[in-house]
Amino acid sequence: MNKFLVSNITRFVILVLIQVLILNNINFLGFINPYLYVLFILLLPLNLTHYKVIFFSFLMGLTIDLFEDSGGINAAASVLIGFLRPSFLRFSFGISYEHQTVKFHQTPFAQRFTYISLLVVIHHLVLFSLEIFNLSYIILILKKTLFSSIFTILLILIVSGIFQQNKR
Amino acid sequence: MQQIVNFLIKYKNTLLFLFLFLLSVFFTIQSHSYHKSKFISSANFLTGGIYSWVNNIDMYFNLKEYNERLVDENKFLRENLAALSEKELDSVFLDTASYDAPYKFITAKVIANRYSRLDNFLLVNKGENDSVATDFGVITSRGIVGIVDETSNNYSRVISILNTNSAINVKLKKTNHFGTLKWNGKDPNIVQVEEIPRLAPVKKGDTIHTEGRSLIFPKGIPVGVVENYQLKNNQNYYDINVRLFNDMTNIGYVYLIKNNNQEEIKSLESNE
Repeated sequence: MNKFLVSNITRFVILVLIQVLILNNINFLGFINPYLYVLFILLLPLNLTHYKVIFFSFLMGLTIDLFEDSGGINAAASVLIGFLRPSFLRFSFGISYEHQTVKFHQTPFAQRFTYISLLVVIHHLVLFSLEIFNLSYIILILKKTLFSSIFTILLILIVSGIFQQNKR
Repeated sequence: MQQIVNFLIKYKNTLLFLFLFLLSVFFTIQSHSYHKSKFISSANFLTGGIYSWVNNIDMYFNLKEYNERLVDENKFLRENLAALSEKELDSVFLDTASYDAPYKFITAKVIANRYSRLDNFLLVNKGENDSVATDFGVITSRGIVGIVDETSNNYSRVISILNTNSAINVKLKKTNHFGTLKWNGKDPNIVQVEEIPRLAPVKKGDTIHTEGRSLIFPKGIPVGVVENYQLKNNQNYYDINVRLFNDMTNIGYVYLIKNNNQEEIKSLESNE
């Protein structure tokens, strides 16, 4: 258990620093940024109690908000996907999640991809809706959600792929 | 009672989620109204420290450009100084011992800059310890940047002009028609000026600068040039797009402006 704690705290700190110091400055085509810190919520231990998942997601989002001066948008989006996480785990991994036998890196690619993209898209949709907070910019919200999601999903697949190989 | 406790235990996840979610939404709503986002601010010891640590490395990459800007500014100031000494000195005697200069300038460095969202903030490395307070104007040698919004001991957060909540009084340089500087969130180099009446002779390339009524900026701080404008048939006001002199994506060093007469003027106005 202690090993889980250390690895998750390390992941938290590293992902926050990467997010606020590097990824927030990318601004590809003026508005596209990946939000890699979502990976922390995706990779929280699968058997972690639900309320802990919700709380840690909130903490992650709030830390990012603190750096970004963005009010509570990242916190809101993160706490929502933290809350929805068990349902999506059940949806994506099916029966093997129920029996607590899933190992994240050993799941079939299609299932992992479904899980990642569902949570990322929901996170980004809430994030950009709250960031822009104005229905007359709905096209901009959808545009940002679409492109940033693609960017984030790609980055998450690459990063989790690299760490998967390290573990073997 | 037992049932209430059972209910709380049964739905504790949902309740925790709702509580935290509503809290975040509350923070978000606060951040969308001017001068109210007090709770979540990067002007604190931790985030300010990390940003300033990274900025110490990052700034070396921009040194060349900052030096060129400095030389440009020095050239401009030297030309003005030379022109000033050509003129005969005025006989009006200014008693500098008893009167402060109306404006005091504090130099600072931008350590975090954002421009890709609708509501953008900057972080600068001077705070209350350097007598920075809320509502100081922020400019560079090229033009206007924003207004100080939150301060901590060593850092201050600045509302950028690239923030949909900011509104600054500006006017045309050649006439005295004034309007309000806003931003529509699209291009970090283009801002909008509203409320310039249709009587005003606006032309492409006209200079816009600050108006000096707002107590925050002195008169004549440059803002930008008119990029294009529109006057619809039944409108009384122009829609003007202004190209900024400043490159808001790379700011570097800034001046914070303290208006020494601000309190006096405010107290006069509140007496009315």
